[in-house]
Amino acid sequence: MMKTPAWIQIDRRPSPSGLTVFAISVIAILFALVMAGLFFEFYGVSALRAYGYIIKGAFGSRLGLTETVRGMIPLLVIGVGLVVAFRALFWNIGAEGQLLMGAVAASGIALFSGIPSPWLIPAMFLGGFAAGALWGVGPAILKAKLGINDVITTLMLNYVAIYTVHWLILGPWKGLTQRGFPYTDRFPTAAFLPMLGGTRIHLPTLAIGLVAAAVMYFVVKKTRVGFEIRVVGENPDAAKYAGISQTKITVLAMVISGGLAGVAGVGEVAGIHHMLFNPSSIALSYGYTAIIVAWLARRNPLAVILTSFLFGVIMRGGDVIKISLGLPFQLVNVFNGLILFFLIGSEIFVRYRVRFGTKKETA
Amino acid sequence: MEKRGGMATNNSVPLAVQLSGIVKRFPGVIANDGVNLIVRRGEIHCLLGENGAGKTTLMRILYGLYQPDEGEVLLHGQPIRIGSPKAALANHIGMVHQHFHLVPTLTVEENIVLGLNEGTGPFLQFKKTRQKIRRLAEEYGLQVDPGAKVWQLTVGQQQRVEILKALYRDADILIMDEPTSVLTPQEVDGLFGTLRTLVAAGLTVIFITHKLNEVMEISDRVTVLRKGKAVATVNTPETSKAELARLMVGREVIFNVEKKPPKLGEKILDVVDLHALNDRGLPALRGMTFDLYGGEILGVAGVSGNGQHELSEVLTGLRKATEGRAILEPHDLTECSARTIADLGVAHVPTERIRVGTVPTMSIRENLILKSYRSSAFCKWSILNEKAAYENACKAMKEYEILAPHDGTAVGNLSGGNIQRLVLARELSGSPKFVVAAHPTYGLDVGATEQVREVLLKQRDRGAGILLISEDLDEVFQLSDRVLVIYEGQVMGIVPAEEANLEEIGLMMAGSHREEVTS
Repeated sequence: MMKTPAWIQIDRRPSPSGLTVFAISVIAILFALVMAGLFFEFYGVSALRAYGYIIKGAFGSRLGLTETVRGMIPLLVIGVGLVVAFRALFWNIGAEGQLLMGAVAASGIALFSGIPSPWLIPAMFLGGFAAGALWGVGPAILKAKLGINDVITTLMLNYVAIYTVHWLILGPWKGLTQRGFPYTDRFPTAAFLPMLGGTRIHLPTLAIGLVAAAVMYFVVKKTRVGFEIRVVGENPDAAKYAGISQTKITVLAMVISGGLAGVAGVGEVAGIHHMLFNPSSIALSYGYTAIIVAWLARRNPLAVILTSFLFGVIMRGGDVIKISLGLPFQLVNVFNGLILFFLIGSEIFVRYRVRFGTKKETA
Repeated sequence: MEKRGGMATNNSVPLAVQLSGIVKRFPGVIANDGVNLIVRRGEIHCLLGENGAGKTTLMRILYGLYQPDEGEVLLHGQPIRIGSPKAALANHIGMVHQHFHLVPTLTVEENIVLGLNEGTGPFLQFKKTRQKIRRLAEEYGLQVDPGAKVWQLTVGQQQRVEILKALYRDADILIMDEPTSVLTPQEVDGLFGTLRTLVAAGLTVIFITHKLNEVMEISDRVTVLRKGKAVATVNTPETSKAELARLMVGREVIFNVEKKPPKLGEKILDVVDLHALNDRGLPALRGMTFDLYGGEILGVAGVSGNGQHELSEVLTGLRKATEGRAILEPHDLTECSARTIADLGVAHVPTERIRVGTVPTMSIRENLILKSYRSSAFCKWSILNEKAAYENACKAMKEYEILAPHDGTAVGNLSGGNIQRLVLARELSGSPKFVVAAHPTYGLDVGATEQVREVLLKQRDRGAGILLISEDLDEVFQLSDRVLVIYEGQVMGIVPAEEANLEEIGLMMAGSHREEVTS
């Protein structure tokens, strides 16, 4: 009998429990917090003090809390859609552009459609969903039919969307009442979303997000289409073997994903800005941040409610450290990057059990 | 383990490699089960065996990629522990893998010196390198331009680069893992020429293959591996293809399954002049014609890679036929989608049961309805009926003895035997009239194998027509009512099982038509 020394032993974990996944995610976030703390220290601010400010700023007051929720809304709506796309093994990096196209459609309908007031807002949401879905379906078809990389096409379409908005606000849609600024005219008040009293929380979008999370959870878990999405996402070869059309499923997942991102865009222009203007001020990188939100939710649409709130806190934290500590808002991006970095790194610990030491005798 | 430095040999020929009692286990499988191998210096030694017989594992142990769980490696008579490929190279052992390990964007000479400490400091000295490469290339007939980028080379040329890489590192034992599988016949001739030059110059070549023709043509001696064990080592001139075929697939009958005489039903499948391409776009099926009756098992025997895989895919809608028909009255399967074919009552036990036949991360319950989830039994108004799926799982787990904690266990946690029982349970649940079973017992233990065979016979007795594709000739002989021998995508002949003998089938597997064999 021989005993084989092994420093690291790695075993597969085919079905990690929910608790394992949660614990590993929390540890990943903690690592990111520690690393981000180092950046605060570089700026000469104690990390503990900075985190204290962030927590107080995000939860300590009514204003803080509602602003946190405001930031959470688009992340929730987009994040739920991204979870669906990711489950179907489609890497939608284009939510930013899909959001903008949703905003464009909503603006067009608000400004030019002449739809009477009770129908205007529903029409804007429908139009926004359709525009976002359209922006997402193109890459889905390209991938399914021609094998073109989804990351590249969805990412590139973001820039097409950004410049489309620039062209609109500088050209055909430039507002006559905006003194030459590159804005569209303000929406008619019938196009304003109802808000939670005195806050910037646009209720319809929040409601859509919460309902979408619940519905998508049900769809993925309990329905025929959800079953097909999971099979395609977990093992495309088995999907082919079972006669499931990967094209159909990919397109469907991107209708949902792009459509919801479009809805988030509707919420931002109809709830917050009431006009279309500088695309980066509308999108605020929500489309990219939502990727981390969806990733952290680990493929569970309901968990997006939790993770989008967490990122609402982080975005609010960016405001707080800018105002209270005079640090750049961009630290938020550093922080987001670190979280994604550690989350992806932690993936191996979800799928494999890693042990250190010596292997037991096998015979 | 006791030291046995000078293993007794009655031979004056010096030995290059001695492996004794090599055991290598992987989770759930014993890849090498006490293998002994003796390779003499200066010979071309073939390792012959079917897929999964343990040839590559054994050579990866010699090359330091795996550590044996038990056993001993002797190199030129000295016991040695080879911990890594680097150590193997330091001991002048080189290996050319089936899939090349080259950097396509680098040049030939850059690939050859990659990882070596050549030149001074951080600088490479290509002039010296190039001279050595040229000399080696000329000496051994390995013409290739040292300055060419690897991606510009043909597969055959890339293989030469791999061989040069090993020679540049002064390998005197060269392991070639199925080197001809990617080559054209002309390139094979070139390679064989090179190998002969190498051994003439004193090198030793270990040649892994499952092709009998190659063994006969190139080797001096051959060791046959079967199911992880070395079953024989013979001198090539003293053996024949037929004997090797017999050794490779095993003659002894291990299993005794009760088989009733067939009750033939109507003709259910009529395949006419079927053609199809493989994944690389080369012809894999070249005009296959055969038929299949209800209540019979038609065994497809052949060395792997002769079109069996493509045949199973074409008949189940996973691969397009380029020509020909496969009529399952009243439909032509070559024009149907995989879903339609499944709905027609065609069951498919796929070759790669884990990678293709199941979703390992999903539960037993869900995997069992992978093909029937749309039926009214499991789905109403687009919503899955979990209770029905649960009941279905309980029934299948009991009937097919799928051992698992519960129906929600992920399939990836199950053993190979349990996964195969699950696939069978699912595929056979709708009383299919035509079953394509590809390597249904491959990699299974004795008990599971027997069970799977019994299940297939039960389906036959029920009246289903079964196409059994297997490389295990024992299995083909035991289960089939007729044996179809396939070679390079063509039917070499169809033999009623009671008239078939191993030698004849073996020769047909090596490319002889039935008429030639029997006359």
